[in-house]
Amino acid sequence: MTRRLKAARLGPRDVLHVGSAGLRSRPMRVVLSALGIAIGIATMISVVGISASSQAQLLRELDKLGTNLLVASPGESMFAGEDVKLPEESVGMVGRIDGVQDVGATGDLDASVRRNEKIDEGDTGGIVVKATTEDLLKVLRGEIGSGSWLNDATGRYPSVVLGHVSAKRLGITGPGRQVWIGDRYFTVVGILAPLPLAPEIERSALVGWTGAKRLLDFDGHPTSVYERSTDASVGDVRKVMGATVDPRNPQNVKVSDPSSALRAKAATEGAFSSLLLGLGGIALLVGGVGVANTMIISVLERRYEIGLRRSLGATRGQIRIQFVTESLMLSGLGGLAGVALGATATGVYAGSGGLPWVVPLWAVSGGFAATLAIGTVAGLYPAIRASRLSPTLALHAA
Amino acid sequence: MSTVVGLTGVTKEYPGGVSALRGVDLTVEEGELLGIVGPSGSGKSTLLHIIGTLDRPTAGSVHIAGHDVAKLSDRRLSALRAQHVGFVFQAFHLVPGVSARDNVAEGLLYSGLSRTVRRRRAAAALERVGLADRLDHRPHQLSGGQKQRVAIARAVVGEPALLLADEPTGALDSASGAAVMELLRDLNQEGATIAVITHDTEIAGRLPREVRIRDGEVVADTGDAVSAHGVGAAR
Ligand SMILES: Nc1ncnc2c1ncn2[C@@H]1O[C@H](COP(=O)(O)OP(=O)(O)OP(=O)(O)O)[C@@H](O)[C@H]1O
Ligand SMILES: [Mg+2]
Repeated sequence: MTRRLKAARLGPRDVLHVGSAGLRSRPMRVVLSALGIAIGIATMISVVGISASSQAQLLRELDKLGTNLLVASPGESMFAGEDVKLPEESVGMVGRIDGVQDVGATGDLDASVRRNEKIDEGDTGGIVVKATTEDLLKVLRGEIGSGSWLNDATGRYPSVVLGHVSAKRLGITGPGRQVWIGDRYFTVVGILAPLPLAPEIERSALVGWTGAKRLLDFDGHPTSVYERSTDASVGDVRKVMGATVDPRNPQNVKVSDPSSALRAKAATEGAFSSLLLGLGGIALLVGGVGVANTMIISVLERRYEIGLRRSLGATRGQIRIQFVTESLMLSGLGGLAGVALGATATGVYAGSGGLPWVVPLWAVSGGFAATLAIGTVAGLYPAIRASRLSPTLALHAA
Repeated sequence: MSTVVGLTGVTKEYPGGVSALRGVDLTVEEGELLGIVGPSGSGKSTLLHIIGTLDRPTAGSVHIAGHDVAKLSDRRLSALRAQHVGFVFQAFHLVPGVSARDNVAEGLLYSGLSRTVRRRRAAAALERVGLADRLDHRPHQLSGGQKQRVAIARAVVGEPALLLADEPTGALDSASGAAVMELLRDLNQEGATIAVITHDTEIAGRLPREVRIRDGEVVADTGDAVSAHGVGAAR
C-alpha cells in the first residue's frame, strides 16, 4: 500500500478557482478594495491619454499644413537700424530652384491701418500693413474666412484683406467695411481664416503688390519670401535658398521653417504633467496598501478554510499560490476598471474638444503591469503568513 | 492485514511546558474501527492531529501507511494527507455558498484528478452517505446531521487508508449523532479504517476497540492483543 508520495499540481483552472473563492463570497469588499487601484490607474491613463490626444491633434494639423514650407527674410544687419530688404528679383529666382512649387512674398509698408482717419497714426494696434503677391495664400495653404482674396482687379484698387487677428483688433467682422491706410480709405474685401503656420500674416493688413506700389509708395522689395517645395527637396532648397535670394550677401538672409515651431509645441503637449502622474502613482500605492490590508484580513478570517485545505492535502506552496492569486485578481480587477475609466475620461475630454481619442498602448500595458506587480507584492506577505499557519491551530474548535 | 498507524513513544509538549501526550504507543491495523475516549484536556485531539500528520510529535516516531512522518518534507506530507488520510471535524468546516457536491469534490482538489472526475466521484460519495437527492443543496439548506454526512463524504471520497473523526457527533442531536455513527460503522464494514474521538462512553462502548486516554497517556486499550500482533507483522 506504500504508494510514492508526490504532491499533485493544481491546474491553472483550479488555481483560478481557489483564488477567486474568497472574492466571490464578498463582492462588496472586492469593489471597495479594488477602488483605490482603479482610481490610481484611471488617473494615470487619463493624464497620458489626454496629452496624447492633444498631441495627436497638433500632429494631424501639422500634417495638413505640411512641413515643406520655408521662409526667407532679412537677417540681423551688421549696421544697427539699417533697413534691410531683399532684392526685388528674389521672388522670381526662388521660383527657379529645383523642387520649388509655389512662391509668394510680402513686403512691409510704413503705413498704418486705422478704423478711420481721426484715430492717431501711431496707434497701430500691432497690425502691420504688408504688400502681398497673389500667390501667398496658395503657398500658405490658407483659407478665406469671409469675402474673397485679392486678385488682379482688386489688387490694383484700394482694397485690403485682413488677417483674422487684425480683423478682430479693428473690430471688423465681415467684408465691405472701410479702413484708413496711409492717406485714404481702403475697402476690406476679405478676412482670412486662422493661419497656424504664419502668425505674422494673421496680424497683417494685406494690400496687392501693384496697388501698394501705386497707392502706398511701395518700393517692390520683399521682406519675406515664402516657398513651398516637394517634401523630398526641402533640405536641398534650404541649402541654396539664401544664396538664391541675395547672391551678393547670402549671410544676410535668414531661412526658417515655420512648421518646426508647431512641432516643438506638439512635443511639449506630449509631455504630460508629471505632477498629475505622481498623484496617480500615490493613489496606486494607497490602493496597493488597501489590497494588502484586505488580504491580511482575509487570511485571518479564513484560518479554518486554510486548515481544512491543509488537511485535504494542500501544500504550503499551494496555499501561497491561492492567496497571491486572490490578491492578483483583486488588483487586476482594479486595474481593468481603472483602464476602462481612464479611457472613458480621455474619450469624454477628446470628444468635447474635437480631438482624436488616443490612449497609448504602452500606458495601458504599463498601468496593467504596475497593478500586477502591486498585486503580487501586496499578496505575498499575507500569503506567506497563511502558508505558515499551523493546520491544527486553524482547525481548533470553531 | 497491514499496519495503518504505528506510534511509538509519542510525546507532545506545547510551548509553555504543557505535556499533551507522554509516550503514547498505538498501532492500528487496516480495517479497524476504534474509539478514542477520555476527559476533556486529556490529549485526544492532539493525538488525532499527530496521527493525521497535521502536527509533529516532540519525541517518538509516527508511521502512517508505511511512511515515517519525521522523514517527510511538507510537500510529501501534504501528499500523504491527500492520498491516505481523511478528516471529519466537529464543526463540519463546509465552504458556505457552495453546493454539497462541490464541497465533496474539494476533498479531491489536491489529488491531481480532473474536475470532471472529481465531481463524478463526489456525486457517488454523496450517494453513499445517503444524500443523492441533496447534490445541489448549499450548506445552509442542510440539517446538522446532513452537513456532517457531507463532511464524511468529503473525507472518504478519496478512499483514504485512514479516516479520522474528532467528535463528529458533538454538534448533533442524539438521533442525527446515532445516524452518523451508523454510517461510520457501515463504512468500516466496507473496509475503511476509522478512528473516532468521542465523549460519549456509550457510543465508544459499542465500538470494536476502545482506547482510553488520561493526562496524555493511554490507560486502557481493548485492542492490545491485536496491536501487539500487528507490531510484529509490520516490517
Ligand atoms: N496549541 C496549543 N498550545 C498549548 N497547549 C495546547 C495547545 N493545544 C492543546 N493544548 C493543551 O494540550 C492539552 C490537550 O489538549 P487536547 O485538545 O488534545 O485535549 P482533548 O482531549 O481534545 O480535549 P477536549 O475533549 O476538550 O477536546 C490541553 O491541556 C490543552 O490545554
Ligand atoms: Mg478535542
